[in-house]
This record gives sequence, C-alpha cells and structure tokens, in this order.
Amino acid sequence: MTRPERFEDAPESPLLEVTKLATHFLTPEGRVRAVDGVSFTLERGRTLGVVGESGSGKTVLADSIMGLLPRRGVEQHGSIRFEGREIVGLTPTEMRPYWGAQMAMVFQDPMTSLNPVMRIGRQITESIHEHFSVPREDARESALALLRSVDIPDPERRLLEYPHQLSGGMCQRVMIAVALACGPKLLVADEPTTALDVTAQAQILDLLQAQQRERYMAMILVTHDLGVAATRADEIAVMYAGRVVERAPTRALFADMRMPYTDALLHSIPRLTQPSHTRLEAIRGRPPDPLRILPGCRFAPRCTYARDRCRVEEPPLRPADTPGHEFACWYPINTPASAMSG
Amino acid sequence: MDESPRSSELLEVETEIAARESPPRGRRRAFGVSGWIAVGWMVLVIGSSLLAPILPLADPDVSNASIARQGPSSAALLGGDANGRDVLVRVVYGARASLLIGFGAIALGLVVGGALGLLGGYYRRGIDAGIAGAFDVMLSVPALILALTFTVFFGPNVRNMILALGIVAVPQLGRITRANTLAWSDREFVLAARAQGARNGRIIVREILPNVLPAIFSIALLGVAVAIVAEGGLSLLGAGVKTGTITWGTMIATGRANLAITPWVVLAPATAIFLTVLALNFLGDAIRARFDVREAAL
Repeated sequence: MTRPERFEDAPESPLLEVTKLATHFLTPEGRVRAVDGVSFTLERGRTLGVVGESGSGKTVLADSIMGLLPRRGVEQHGSIRFEGREIVGLTPTEMRPYWGAQMAMVFQDPMTSLNPVMRIGRQITESIHEHFSVPREDARESALALLRSVDIPDPERRLLEYPHQLSGGMCQRVMIAVALACGPKLLVADEPTTALDVTAQAQILDLLQAQQRERYMAMILVTHDLGVAATRADEIAVMYAGRVVERAPTRALFADMRMPYTDALLHSIPRLTQPSHTRLEAIRGRPPDPLRILPGCRFAPRCTYARDRCRVEEPPLRPADTPGHEFACWYPINTPASAMSG
Repeated sequence: MDESPRSSELLEVETEIAARESPPRGRRRAFGVSGWIAVGWMVLVIGSSLLAPILPLADPDVSNASIARQGPSSAALLGGDANGRDVLVRVVYGARASLLIGFGAIALGLVVGGALGLLGGYYRRGIDAGIAGAFDVMLSVPALILALTFTVFFGPNVRNMILALGIVAVPQLGRITRANTLAWSDREFVLAARAQGARNGRIIVREILPNVLPAIFSIALLGVAVAIVAEGGLSLLGAGVKTGTITWGTMIATGRANLAITPWVVLAPATAIFLTVLALNFLGDAIRARFDVREAAL
C-alpha cells in the first residue's frame, strides 16, 4: 500500500498550530473550562509531551485536536491549524478525511478500545478500506506488515485472533498498528501506557518512539507521568486547570524549571535513592473546581511560593532565558532575585 | 471472503469465549441437561415439520372412520379427531404453519425493530426521539387487539398473521436493540473506529451490530414462543388462520367443541405448544447466560 504524497502542502507551515484553544463544556451546573487558552506549535517529526494531573484538561486537549468531542454542549474558541488548514469547527464529515489518514489516536485502555467481537486483522484493515480502495489481499498484507512492525510475534496467527486472546501490551501494540495503518502525520497518544504494567509500558513507549522516528510522524504524548515525557518528548507542555503553565524543550525544562507546579510534579516522583519509608511528596490540595475558576494564578491555592499578587492577577505565559521556554508565574523558582520582575 | 455470515463468526467467538472463560464447565453450565433436551425437542419439531411431506405419514386432511373419536392407539398414536383425522399427523403438519408464523413474525420484528433500534440508539437526538416515541405508541396499543384487528381486516391467512404478530414484535425487539445500542455505542472502541475515519454506517454494522446481536437473539427466541402462543390465542378468538391451513391454534380452536368427548384432540397441540415454548425459553436463557459470561469478563 502506498500513501499518496501530498506535495501541495505548504512545507513552511508547521504541521500543527494550536492558538488560544479553549474547549468549554456547557453543563447544567455551569461552564466547565476544561481547556482554557492553550497555544503551541508542533513541527513534523517532533514529539510534544503534555503533562498534568487528572482533570488538568490534557485528555480534552487531545480530543479537541482530534475533533472527537461531541458537538452538543461543547464550545470551542481559538484555532487549530493542521498543515495550515483550520480544523476547528469542521463537521464530522469534513473531519473524516483527516481521521486515521492524517491524524490518528492511540487510546488509554487497549482492552476497551478494540472491538471484542472483531478479529485483529479486520480491525486493522477496516480503516485501510475506509481510506484507500485496495484489494482485500493487499490490505491483509499491510495488516501483516503492520503487526510485524509493532513487534507482534506470529502475526499470521494473530490476524485471526480476537482481542481477548491477547495480553494488554499486545492489545496496545495492535492499537498502535491500527493507528499507523493509514500513515498518519500526527499521532495523538492519550496516556497510552497507563493501563499497562511497567515492563509493557517501556516497550510500548519504545515502540511509539521508534515508529514515530521511522515514519517521521509528529506525536503528542499525553501523560500524567513527567518521567515518561522526560525520556520521550522533544518538548514538554505542563498543563494545570486547562492552561499550559510551562512549556519548554525537554532539556531546558529539566535544566531550569520555573513554574512551582512543574517542580512540585517532579518532586512527587519517588526516587530510588531515597531511603525506604520516605514519605512520598505529594502536592497538597486539589486542582481547582473547573466550574468556579478563581481570579489569579490557578495554582496559587496549592503553591508554596504564592503571594498576594498570585491570588489577584493571573500570570501570562512569558518567555524564559532559553529560547522556546515559556512559563506562567509571577515569582518563578530558580531565578536570581534580581531577575524577578513584576 | 469477509462477507461470511456474521452469525457464524459470532457463534465461533462465543464458543471460544465460553471455552476460555471457564473451561469445560462453561459450556455445560450455559446449556445443561435441560438445554440439550430443549435442543432435542426443537430439532424434532422443526425436522419433522420440514420433512412432513416425505415422512410416512397419512394425509392430514383425509378422514379415516376407523380412528374417528378413538383415543391413542397403535393405528393413530395420538388418536383421531371427530372427523377421523390422525391427530399426530395434524400436529406435525400444524407445526409447519405455527413455526412459520412464530419465526416469521419475529424475523420481521427483528429486522424492522432491530434496524430502527440501531438507528435510534446510535444517532440519538431527534431520530431517537421519533423512533422511541413510535415504539412507545405502538406498545401502548394492546397487542392482541392490534393483531386481531389486523387479521380480521386484511384476511386470516398465514401471511397476514405473520405481519400482524410481526408488527406487535417490532417495538418490543426495537426497544431492546435500542437500549443495547445506546450502551455499546458509548464504548471506547466505537470512538476509536471513529478516530480512524469509519463512517457511521460502517460503525453501526461492523462495530455495534455484532455486539448487540447475542442479547437480541436470546430475546427473539422468547419472542418466537410468545408469537406461537399468540397464534393459538387468535385462533381461539376466531381470528386465526382460516380453516384449511392446519396450525396448532386452529386445532385447539376446532377441537375445543368436543373437549369433553375427545380431549386428546386439544391436548396434543396444546402440549406441543407448551413444550415448544418451554424449549425456546430454555434456549433463550442459555444464549443469554453465555452472553452474560462475556459481559462480566469484559
């Protein structure tokens, strides 16, 4: 199966350009600002790690980019440009050529995102048939090749099996094969390893990385694990309460993190060097109620360094010393006192 | 090559799952001795009714004075009716029309109700409101009276009986399909299919339908039993299939005049209905039991 190259795409425009994206859910209780003004740019072949705790809006961000949110009760502002073309506000029919063929998604739980009564081979060929008119035999060959490329042993046999006959890790490999089937340019992986055990996690992440490099895909890796993002992403965006609070190339972020929330996230990862029974450092408090966002910095109520200004005025995302590094904090950490500005 | 019937594929999955989930026991627990007796009875009834013309049976409509009003004997195993016709032969021939009406009506209900239920459950909103509303209206019309009116109005023959009972079955099966579709269409694999660019039609037919079918089949088998009983009821009310076509219902309806003298004329088809309904209920439950096993394991 060959994918038609699209030379008409302007190569200068970045693959994905998200500008001031806001996704609000209109619920009977009020407006839930799940994503509230997120901007970033993703170049071809790069990986963006989106990190944040539960409820920070990272999954909604992923679904917004994919255009998979229900249209009722959802309000979207801002812009998402895919290869220069606006995709916010497109109808499902208009999005369909993008789904699978241009952008694909790997979901959190492989056991539920595969159809329990459909053979593995069929699940892979299904979208090939949807996007390309190829003979069944060719589709089957591509499915075989895909299963091989995601390191599934004995692919001929697996083609005829059902999801329940595979382990969780194998199912996630199949999901990745499904997502890769039509050669997408963007792969959105929403917590792809959260439902897997630790050894399978590393393998799946390695696989994603290898495939991403081989195919020169861009990838958005959504995870709650800063450690996962640190080793796999070129750039990391830390989300909190629907906003990006710090964004930087991975190296720059760890060398010089500014936002106390990023720092707190990092410190909540247990380290092997700590003696046994060391109390795990947790971020105290809970994320703000998305229905009632208070003025000021959204992290202020939980921040060790918060001062009066933090509770009144919301800090904008502003550039740090390293190019590409931005953070939203009035009193950033790791800053010489003189550089602290108001 | 992929156009092989879904049902056989499904059956394979279920068999595989039953075998995996709780090895050898799984099958037996779902089917049991009663299940196999039920299968045996249905094979006997369906087989004999299909093969009736080539079986060494007397003509069901020819009178034989020697067995008229006679109880079971070696000449007529279930006795003869007032006109000297062999009751056993008539039960076998009656099974043809009765089963045809039962399965035909449910097949109609399954196709129409199932399609509407899938559409309503998948698209929701306006389409669903219309379909669910129509189901509710149909359900609020007394079923027997609806079927009675239909057959009286359009003529009492097998085809109209199938149509009448099929219309009654549409909202019943439709609602169950809709409820199952609502549940399955929220599953993540449906979203995953959408994220791969699958069209709605493809999602309904390939992703949702195969998952909904087991539940619907078990209900449909119970529906066949209800339809067979309903045919008997309609016949008893005088709105059954016109004389000439033998059904279990018409046998009971005509035999009941002489109930005191020749009870076997009524008892034989009544027992046939009883056993068939019981067998279909057992089979429906067996299918549902398997279905539940899979549900729980997911």
